[in-house]
Parts: sequence; structure tokens; C-alpha cells
Amino acid sequence: MAEVDEANKPLFAGLSDVSISEDIPVEGDIAVPVTSRGADDEFSTLDEPVKDTILRDLKAVGNKFVHVMYPKKSSALLRDWDLWGPLLLCVTLALLLQGGSADSKEDGGPQFAEVFVIIWFGSVIITLNSKLLGGTISFFQSLCVLGYCILPLTVAMLVCRLVLLLVSSGTASFVVRLIIVTASFGWATFASTAFLADSQPVNRKALVVYPVFLFYFVIGWMILTFSPSP
Amino acid sequence: MSEGNKNTNTEPWGGFDDNLIQRGGSAVIDMENMDDTSGSSFEDVGEMHQRMKDEEEVTAEAAATEEEGGEDGEFLGMKGIKGQLGRQVADEVWRAGKRQASKAFNLYANIDILRPYFDVEPIQVRNRLIESLIPVRMINFPQKVAGELYGPMMLVFTLVAILLHGMKTSGTVIREGTLMGTAIGTCFGYWLGVSSFIYFLAYLCNAQITMLQMLSLLGYGLFSHCVVLFVTYSVHFHSLFYLLWLVFGGLSTLRMVAVLISRTVGQTPRLILCGTLAALHMLFLLYLHFAYHKIVEGILDTLEGPNVPPIQRVARDLPNAITVLNATGKALAAGADAILTQ
Repeated sequence: MAEVDEANKPLFAGLSDVSISEDIPVEGDIAVPVTSRGADDEFSTLDEPVKDTILRDLKAVGNKFVHVMYPKKSSALLRDWDLWGPLLLCVTLALLLQGGSADSKEDGGPQFAEVFVIIWFGSVIITLNSKLLGGTISFFQSLCVLGYCILPLTVAMLVCRLVLLLVSSGTASFVVRLIIVTASFGWATFASTAFLADSQPVNRKALVVYPVFLFYFVIGWMILTFSPSP
Repeated sequence: MSEGNKNTNTEPWGGFDDNLIQRGGSAVIDMENMDDTSGSSFEDVGEMHQRMKDEEEVTAEAAATEEEGGEDGEFLGMKGIKGQLGRQVADEVWRAGKRQASKAFNLYANIDILRPYFDVEPIQVRNRLIESLIPVRMINFPQKVAGELYGPMMLVFTLVAILLHGMKTSGTVIREGTLMGTAIGTCFGYWLGVSSFIYFLAYLCNAQITMLQMLSLLGYGLFSHCVVLFVTYSVHFHSLFYLLWLVFGGLSTLRMVAVLISRTVGQTPRLILCGTLAALHMLFLLYLHFAYHKIVEGILDTLEGPNVPPIQRVARDLPNAITVLNATGKALAAGADAILTQ
């Protein structure tokens, strides 16, 4: 009966396409006894105040910021990857770049989207490139590292805005900003390569570093040419 | 009852849904239908669960109508059709989502297929970059073209970055879309479009070149564009641009032409193929330079004129000025007028 019905059932047509390998994790998940997960851990996150949860996550993000600022060979940034930090940095940078009016009034709109797209699209391209070159890093780990390494550039953006507020735009302020942006650009590139280089084949590091360099260069250049609206 | 069930549902399995809706239905049919669903043991449990959820919503919806409509529409009534419709929609949505997800997953898994094309060493890339500017005078024997995509891809992205730089400094205003999208579209459009076009021509002219080789050849040819544009966007000299255009652009074009000539037989095919490629390649560089450079000239001309208005004012008037670029004096007058009226 079941077989006869299956022949003309559109609903089962979808099911029959499903290969058995896809079934397995679902079954496995169901079979996992509830007690094997740290029960108290679950309870604590359920019961604790929202403030604690947010603070704990923010602390984790802050910890990774420190890792980027002191780029020593550590796998903390790779092991527990998250995309909250990159999102925070990306939004901050985009908002800071928002107020610029280099060309016209309409430029304010695309600016935010442009920064956002450049950062995410760029990281995805770099990640795909490193995968294609034979890197052993996972997709989101790489996104995480590249996102966190924008931190020096975001700091540079903050400093640049301060400089622009204090000093009227002239050659002096441009030189100061140039130095700041160059330093932070170098820092970002250095930090990201320190994290990413281990996962790459030894002889191909230069090929992986080049797009990273280009990526941070474009962002740095955007920061340098930023001029606030009068 | 069973007749009614069969009529309202095109799929016999759908009876399961009706069991949930019509709780008052006969127990025999319930069992039969339940057997149907549980009979095929190879179902995806997750999918079943998902469907159960969908059906719960449908049931709730149907229950609401049941209260209004009463019991009379039990056999051919609204709720049967409605439930069926809801289920079909849910099923469609679920299937479409699954298709999308599996497509994305397959794409990511298929990265391995592309991997051979990215199998290069840094020194090879450097050598190929240098070779892209050295035309080889050997037309009797087919020249080797490496089928590799890392260099071309990176060159295209570099060109995108340089174009962004050029657009920003020239104050290009794009109405539809962003600078980024335009730059990416231009570069990738040129690379892929011209490659396919030349490949098509090569096919017509019976040249021995593959699509991959064409992509690689043209991609490395963009190296000269990158160099020339990078220099001329920073240093604004017309004579310098023409010099670089002839030297670098000419060299890379000659290199590509030499490769194509060595792989084509006969005078006319060679002329058609190489003439097209050379014209497109050189004109593209010219276009990239002037499309995003001329506006700067316009601004400079305006600023150098008498009665210099504030810079911001001129920048605001840029959209108008672009349309009448050849008459920069008009823009100046407009700017001055605008200030006077304010």
C-alpha cells in the first residue's frame, strides 16, 4: 500500500530525493540523551539576567579585540569564532564614515551600504581565495579573523575624526591622518596574516596575503579620504 | 466519509492532514492513513517534523473556520480546500528553501572543481605578470598559455580598487547603483565579456585557444591597465598618460596579439581576431582613463577661471556640470549665479 501510494505522491517525491546520509544527523540528534548536555549550564543561561548574558558576550568580544591588538600566535580567535565583533566593528566604521560629504548630499546613503558591502564581500572573496589556494581554515573562522582585524582601522577612523575636529583640514592634518592610517593599515594586515598564515601552504603565503593587503588598503584609503560635512 | 476524503485531496497521503482537522472522522480511515504515513520508513524525520508544524498552523486556521462554518461543510467544504492549499503552499515553500540551501551548499562543495585553476606559486605569478608585458615574436609555433585564474582574478580586483580610487578623486556621481558596483561591473564585464567575445571569434576563425586560456591571457593583459591607471590617476598629465598608454598598453596588447597570431592560421582570420582584440583592449584603457578623469579636468578648469567660487559650491553643481562638461564656463556661471541669488 505504501509503495503504491508513493508512486503518485508529490509530497513523497520530495522525501524520496533525500539521501540517507542527510537523515543520520537528525536521527542522531534525537537519540542524544538530554542529560548528556551540561544541564546546569543550560539552566544558568536560562535563569541568568539578560545583562549577564550580554556582558559575557561582550567580554568575549573584548577579549578578541585584545588578541588583535597584540597579534601573537594564538588560536583563540580561530577556535571560538563569532561574527558579533566583526558586525560591531563594521557598523561602527560605516557609521563613522557616514557623515562625509565628499561629493554630494546623496552620497550619504550609499556610503553606509558601500562600507558594509566592501567589508563583507571582500572578506568572502579573500576567504574563497584562501580556500582555493588550499588553505585549511574554515569559512567562518576566516571571516571572523578578517572582521576582527578591522579594529585598528576603526580606531584610526576615530582618531582621524578627532583630528579633523581639532585641526582644520590642511596639510598638517592630512599628514597626521596619513601616518595614522598607514600605521593601522600595516597593523591590520600584519595581525590578520599572523592568524591566517598558519593555515596556508608555506610557499603560497604571498598569494594569500595580497588580497588581504588590497582589502585593508581600500578600507584604509576610504578612511584617509574621508572629509566631514561642513 | 472515505469517498469525501479521497475527493477533497488529490494526494491520498493528504488524508493525514484531514485526520488532524476532522477529529470526528471514522477511526478506520484514521488508522489507514496513519499507516500510510508511518509505513514508508525512509522518510526524513526532520522534514516530517517540519511538515507537522506546518500542518499544525493549518489545523489552527481550519479550526477557526470550523467554528464559523459549522459542520455542514464537512465533505466538500472550505476547510478541506483551505487545508490542502495551505499544505501545498507550505510544501512549496519548504521545497524551494531546501533547493536553495542545497544549491548554496553544492556551490561551496564544488570549490574543489575550481582548485586546479588556482594552483600557482608566487614566483610563477610574478613571472607571468612580467611576461604579460613582453611580446614574443614567434608566430610559426603555438605559444604556450597557462590556464590559470588566480592572477587574472587578483588583477581584476586590483583594477576595481584602482577604479574606485579614480572615481572617488574625480568626484564621479552615479545615479543608479554605487561606485563599487559600477567598478566591479565594469571590470568583470570587460574581462568576461571580451574573453567570451574573442573566444567566439576565435571559434569562428578556427584559432586554437580554449576559454580558460583566453580568460588567463586577457586577465594578465589587464596588468598594463592596472599600472597605467594607477600612475595616471595619481599624476595628472595628459602627455604622461598617452606615453604610458602607448608603451604599457601597447606592449600587453602586442603580447596578446602575438599569442593569438601564433595560434591562428591564415591572414584574414588573424587580422580579424587581432584587430578586434587590440582595438578593444586599447580603447578600454582609454575609456577607463577619460571616463573618470575628465571630470577632474573640468573642475580644475573651473577653479582656475576668474571669480573662483567656493569649492563646495562647485562640487554640488557637479551633476549639472557633467551634462555640459564641454562648456565648463556655463557651470561656473551657474555656480556664481546660485551664490548671488542666495
